[in-house]
Amino acid sequence: MSKIIHLWKSYWRILTRPSVHYSLGFLTIGGFLMGIVFWGGFNTAMEYTNTEEFCVGCHEMRENVFAELKTTIHYSNRSGVRAVCSDCHVPHDWTNKMARKMAASKEVWGKLFGTINTKEKFEAKRRELAEHEWARLKANDSLECRNCHNFDSMDFTRQSERASDQHSSALANGDKTCIDCHKGIAHKLPDMAGIH
Amino acid sequence: MKKLITALFTPFAFGTAILLAAAIAVAEPKISTLRGSANLDAEEQAPRMGKIENHDQKRQRAYPQQPPTIPHDITGYQVDKNFNKCLDCHARTKADESQAPMVSITHFMNSEGQFLADVTPARYFCNQCHVPQMDVKPMVENQFVDMDNLINTDK
Repeated sequence: MSKIIHLWKSYWRILTRPSVHYSLGFLTIGGFLMGIVFWGGFNTAMEYTNTEEFCVGCHEMRENVFAELKTTIHYSNRSGVRAVCSDCHVPHDWTNKMARKMAASKEVWGKLFGTINTKEKFEAKRRELAEHEWARLKANDSLECRNCHNFDSMDFTRQSERASDQHSSALANGDKTCIDCHKGIAHKLPDMAGIH
Repeated sequence: MKKLITALFTPFAFGTAILLAAAIAVAEPKISTLRGSANLDAEEQAPRMGKIENHDQKRQRAYPQQPPTIPHDITGYQVDKNFNKCLDCHARTKADESQAPMVSITHFMNSEGQFLADVTPARYFCNQCHVPQMDVKPMVENQFVDMDNLINTDK
């Protein structure tokens, strides 16, 4: 114990004493530059984990959820606008993104121990995994949907009658949020017994 | 002698050749098949896809037993063991909220004539009978006559 205290004290002395060999200018400007490098590197690496290329790098994503996405409107459509994984599954603003990325460490655990590394294991877990996403989108009022689909910008006259009826009533008064009706919009649904 | 044989057989040879050519000409298809008139090693350009009618208006049935056609777009509807998107609105328990017509009660009867609590598995796959319609020009003429018109013309 006394050894640790001794070590701590010696480090503290180095940290609190003025530098002997390096100038103040070197330390401040150097520190500033290194800060840019580290911060930029951190964010670049973080952004890389948001790319489709990164997500489908694992067969768990590539052969299940990504394969399912390909047939849907969010991947193939007439206007060529495409949503990638992170557009819907990662919050866009920084704080929430960091929180989601930290929660994603469990996904790294899952990858290492192969919790969904076969089709059968994935199907067995599909309901649980889907429920996580439904809960997240329900809690944030379908924020990731609304990042692109702005309610105020919707032209109800361009929607089908059924769609405009639903959107101008249940969605408009806040009774329901996007995910309440649009579950399975980009992936196959799990066994829905007891949900609807 | 040799000349005589040649003279006799030459018209035969010509005649056979003409017949063969005629046979080949007849064998060539006059009607365009499903794959079109493209050569075997080539592919015809696929016809443009039609637009699915999405007006939510019930269509008249051509005969009483006709499964009603679907008056809306069903692109991407999931119908499998896990989930049936059609029943998401047309189920008995959903019809009030969605105002969609409830699945006919005949669909609740199994092959033994027993009425079940929900749609029988034999009738679960809606698209086996019910289909959406596209706004396209019919590829062949349809000579179907509605039975009401048929009865009237007989009189």
